[in-house]
Amino acid sequence: MARIVVVTSGKGGVGKTTTSASFAAGMAMAGHKTAVIDFDVGLRNLDLIMGCERRVVYDLINVIQGEANLHQALIKDKQCDNLSVLAASQTRDKEALTKDGVEKVLNDLGGMGFDYIVCDSPAGIETGALMAMHFADEALVVTNPEVSSVRDSDRILGMLASKTRRAIEGKEPVKEHLLITRYNPNRVDQGQMLSLEDIKDILRIKLIGVIPESETVLQASNQGLPAVHMKGSEVSEAYKDVVDRFLGKDTPMRFVDPLKGGFLKRLFGGK
Amino acid sequence: MGSFLSFLLGEKKKTASVAKERLQIILAHERSGRNAFQPDYLPALQRDLMAVISKYIKIDLQDIKVNLERQDNLEVLEVKIELPDHK
Repeated sequence: MARIVVVTSGKGGVGKTTTSASFAAGMAMAGHKTAVIDFDVGLRNLDLIMGCERRVVYDLINVIQGEANLHQALIKDKQCDNLSVLAASQTRDKEALTKDGVEKVLNDLGGMGFDYIVCDSPAGIETGALMAMHFADEALVVTNPEVSSVRDSDRILGMLASKTRRAIEGKEPVKEHLLITRYNPNRVDQGQMLSLEDIKDILRIKLIGVIPESETVLQASNQGLPAVHMKGSEVSEAYKDVVDRFLGKDTPMRFVDPLKGGFLKRLFGGK
Repeated sequence: MGSFLSFLLGEKKKTASVAKERLQIILAHERSGRNAFQPDYLPALQRDLMAVISKYIKIDLQDIKVNLERQDNLEVLEVKIELPDHK
């Protein structure tokens, strides 16, 4: 049985798709057969971030409606052998995303030997977001150090605890992981940005990683390369750490302290 | 004490701590609303009760209050029916 991981946030633009792409690629690099599914029907973008936009022939909705099978719709990633992408439909409306349909796709992927299925949720709390989280075993809750993002994440945590299959069937709850993205340690140091301790205090779930704010993410998406492949970058290392922690390794948080220059400046009263 | 010191130094409160305080207040409020969990069948139950009781007594829909409360591990369905005054 495949383990299902939803990448969700409530708020848009916080890094769900960036995270889905890098997390899925990282899991595949760690040797796990992984599929990543775009649930943003009507506004698909995972294909662009993964760099496979020109190879999309069939999508999730085609599979749900029986117009194509999974083998036809899954796109093999160019970087990782054991990673496949299932694109969202660009044209159909969200009504086509049914609970039974999604369940069948997830079960079939499990039957094809996938170890992990990463569900890239759309923003908001409508059908697409509910479908992406419904069958989840674990959730990466992507949050920016910013008030509206934290509030929306709290709302999403409420939904994970009440609207998912695990919640409805009274099973062990969805395992929630906090992933803070676009973090700027220098601004935190200056009291201009919520710190990771602040966010942990407020949301009260376990932190799985911190991705620093970086131009690398734009450089990666420009090329259609998951940011985890940007060798030597902090973002890439931070995503690899997330994968390691997800797989049970205990590694210290990196890229969360201000640069040394900032410290010296503070010592000598510089602003 | 810290705030007194910063008052003396004429420091402004950092915006990050303002953000944290605001979030803690609003989320405490929103969570309490969320946890007072109201299943969606309550309005329908209220209407059905209304239909049954109306067979015997003349009452208004507002006279029936249906509420679900959680007390520790116990869920209590509270149905309050106010009978009309005898005129």
